[in-house]
Amino acid sequence: MSAGLAPERSRRRPWRIAPGWWFVAPALTLIVVFFVGPVIGAIGLSFTDYDLYALADPHAARWVGFANYARVLHEPLFWQSLRNTLYFALVGGPLTVAASLGAALLVNARAVRWKGAARVVFFAPFVTTLVAVAIVWRYLYHPQFGLVNWMLGHVGIHPIDWLGDPRWAMPAIILLATWKNFGYNMLICIAGLQNIPRELYEAASLDGASAWQRFRHVTIPMLGPTLFFVVIVTMIGYLQLFTEPYVMTQGGPLRATTSLALYMYEEGFRWWRLGSAAAIAFLLFFLIVLFTLVQRRLSPKAAA
Amino acid sequence: MARSALLRCRVAASAVLSTLAFALGCARAGARSGETELRVWAFGAEGEALNPIAREFERANPGVHVRVQAIPWTAAHEKLLTAYVGGALPDVAQLGNTWIPEFAALGALEPLDTLMKRDSAVVPRSDYFPGVLATNVVDGVLYGVPWYVDTRVLFYRTDLLRKAGVARPPTTWAEFRDDLARVKGVQPAGAFPALFPLDEWAQPVIFALQSGSPLLADHGTRGDFQDPRFRRGLEFYVGLFRDGLAPALANTQIANVYQEFGAGRVAMYITGPWNVGEFRRRLPPELQKSWTTAPLPGPDSAGVSLAGGSSIVIMRRSESKAAAWRFLAFLADPVRQAAFYEKTGDLPARRSAWNTPALVNDHELAAFGEQLGRVVPTPAVPEWELIATRIAQAAERAARGRQSIDDAIASLQRDVDGILEKRRWLAAQRAAAHVATGGGAGK
Repeated sequence: MSAGLAPERSRRRPWRIAPGWWFVAPALTLIVVFFVGPVIGAIGLSFTDYDLYALADPHAARWVGFANYARVLHEPLFWQSLRNTLYFALVGGPLTVAASLGAALLVNARAVRWKGAARVVFFAPFVTTLVAVAIVWRYLYHPQFGLVNWMLGHVGIHPIDWLGDPRWAMPAIILLATWKNFGYNMLICIAGLQNIPRELYEAASLDGASAWQRFRHVTIPMLGPTLFFVVIVTMIGYLQLFTEPYVMTQGGPLRATTSLALYMYEEGFRWWRLGSAAAIAFLLFFLIVLFTLVQRRLSPKAAA
Repeated sequence: MARSALLRCRVAASAVLSTLAFALGCARAGARSGETELRVWAFGAEGEALNPIAREFERANPGVHVRVQAIPWTAAHEKLLTAYVGGALPDVAQLGNTWIPEFAALGALEPLDTLMKRDSAVVPRSDYFPGVLATNVVDGVLYGVPWYVDTRVLFYRTDLLRKAGVARPPTTWAEFRDDLARVKGVQPAGAFPALFPLDEWAQPVIFALQSGSPLLADHGTRGDFQDPRFRRGLEFYVGLFRDGLAPALANTQIANVYQEFGAGRVAMYITGPWNVGEFRRRLPPELQKSWTTAPLPGPDSAGVSLAGGSSIVIMRRSESKAAAWRFLAFLADPVRQAAFYEKTGDLPARRSAWNTPALVNDHELAAFGEQLGRVVPTPAVPEWELIATRIAQAAERAARGRQSIDDAIASLQRDVDGILEKRRWLAAQRAAAHVATGGGAGK
């Protein structure tokens, strides 16, 4: 019916908007109002000294150019939270990807029974609320009564003050994040694994390839694009580390778990320095862009 | 098709609008007609303890409905900030007294001077600890009424002091130092007599306040750290570390303060009233007779301490200020304050409430009562909490020997002057506006 009506209508109203726009309009409106608008606002904000006094009276905000960026880059806490964030992403990221690939291979193996149940068990942490999970893990990490130290005690390891010791707080958070997130990546890896044609494995077996050789020369190359996607998405997520330290350690002990996002949050909502909080947000954004570009460069698929 | 799409749009839009209207209606429908609704925010354990008091208030004030919302302390500050921005502040709120300058600067708080003067029989100024009441005053205007108070005093091991030949707790810095040196002699090897965790700003700030430093100068627009009085306080503090009388440790490096204190590896410790209960609970029973508290020593005689605690404020945009003030006065009643102490352990802000037997007979808390007569407020600027952390960092650098006292003071001064740059600019703006209007009138 639309085929018959459309020419007539366009003759009457030459400025008619293509119907496709109407369909995407609700989504676009939401994106513009709740995403593009605030982002542009935040760029502007990062060049002002918008703070407590400006909240009370907008005339108290001044245009300061790049002063926020310069000040933040001189702040030792910025560099410490950058180090913490990189530590988390560079150790936690590969660990998560390795765990999800391992779990995917395990669940996908033909010999394994109860595949469905295993998938649900591995995927469950990902769909559980992070705040609830973090509270349970805080009990697990309890230095005196925690399950983790109780288990370590059985193999003769002295209790570790997981969240109170600056050396152990970040590893504790990495462990939690890995456990929480590997399920989602596992599902994507399973989909990738199932896309690899069986014939390739058959051909490799006929040529006398061992299980390791089949993994190294068939699975890994065929899984390349999937792994690339998983690594990029995991890294982007991990560079924005916030909820885990916010709930578990509040950035302590001795600032050992203050991430860039948590530092930004503190600048904005603890010290009310919204201008420099916006500047930190954009520094974090550039860091993520940089990371993604480097990973694209390193990825064999993207180079080809 | 276009028409029906448009129609559907309209239906959707009206659905959205009516949902919104319904939501707004719900928000307003809380108060039944003819009733005043009072929204009250309080934090942590106090928030929970406030509910029965609110019911009592409702019985005494028919027609007023009090809705208490208890908010965890960790979320309190952000919740207040976002509520201010969103125009959703309650009528009455509890406010930690270092936050009062912040919300006063936002213009969110109702001045209370007139009301307090009018009802001076119910809420007499003179019945409050002057130092604590002063924390509620910003630029000469009273914005809050103290609800409960806290301060820091000296916790010490009586047995160790006796063993070292010290009969009574120190009252001057010289005695303090001397006592610490003697106690070190009777302690286990490698132990330190005092404990001042390096990540706490309270101790260096207390010593500076004790030697009379105002901390900030020019109406809170500059640091005042080059002042010899600040230097004297910092030198005393750093000296205790340099002479091996206190360990250069942060809280996170100390496994368990109570264990250290119990084992005699710490003999003197400056902390707040919450630790009285902790010490009673965590120290072994045989040690309960071997510790007590005392007011802080000062440079030449008894010293001052911090004026901490929480106040009750009325928000400027509240529509039921009369009922709000009645609620404030209700909470300020000395009998109710004493009852609140027995329930929560929060020390009463009214001096007359300290006559309750539970407080009179408590030797450890008596030191707090005495100290509260000698407390001074920290500078009433919104930036204070940030400045306090910078003071702690500078003191830590000097105490760890990473910087000389001169360098630590110089970098602290630079740092804090940078933080207060905005206040200098605002003051200059105000001065310029004043000159402009004054000049216009002159011509």
